[in-house]
Amino acid sequence: MSTTQEYGSILLTHAVGLHARPSVKLTKLAKGFVARIELAMADNGPWVDAKSIVKVMGTKAPQGTVLYFRAEGADAAEAVQALTELVARDFDEGGGDAASG
Amino acid sequence: MSAAVGIAIVSHSAEVARGTADMVRQMVGDAVPLGHCGGDPDGGLGTSVERILAAIDDAWSEGGVAVLVDLGGAETNSEMAIELLPAERQGKVVICNAPIVEGAVMAATEAWGGASLDQVRATAEELSPP
Repeated sequence: MSTTQEYGSILLTHAVGLHARPSVKLTKLAKGFVARIELAMADNGPWVDAKSIVKVMGTKAPQGTVLYFRAEGADAAEAVQALTELVARDFDEGGGDAASG
Repeated sequence: MSAAVGIAIVSHSAEVARGTADMVRQMVGDAVPLGHCGGDPDGGLGTSVERILAAIDDAWSEGGVAVLVDLGGAETNSEMAIELLPAERQGKVVICNAPIVEGAVMAATEAWGGASLDQVRATAEELSPP
């Protein structure tokens, strides 16, 4: 069986960037897939495990960063799609107003 | 699949403990068993073994409980509380060497994904490498 590797990228528009709450959401979503999923702030890496909350938060990606995802495994395509959509939706936080929620 | 590891938060301040628990609830949700305690029995700042035992009980999971503490007394009293647990529970409760708020959120996120107690502790401790 050949391994599927999927790539995706998305502009991070969330006002506070990849801070605590967005990072938790991203990590939780990533953990729901069996594929190995990695995240980077440039298309040539360095890549970090998107299922590791410490690594994701450690990127400290600010607003305006392009986030790159790559995934490998059975549900890799769905994983990349779901993750890029989460970022595109501003993590469902309505413009990233930190006071909301 | 084993039960999600529980998180027990032990602070010297009831408000810090409650606030930390609120952050975990809001950011990670209700799927992770959670207990918290802070303050001494007289309502002052401090920790009490009895309250720590109750917090561990609230957070109890067959997968184990990761304990997050703030300052020295919280750690020693937590160690004492663990020693008072029934033998079959003692081996399933660990104190994490991590900042209380960040550690609780990281540990809970990891626990949410079904990680083992060792993995949960490692994730919390990854924050502050020795």
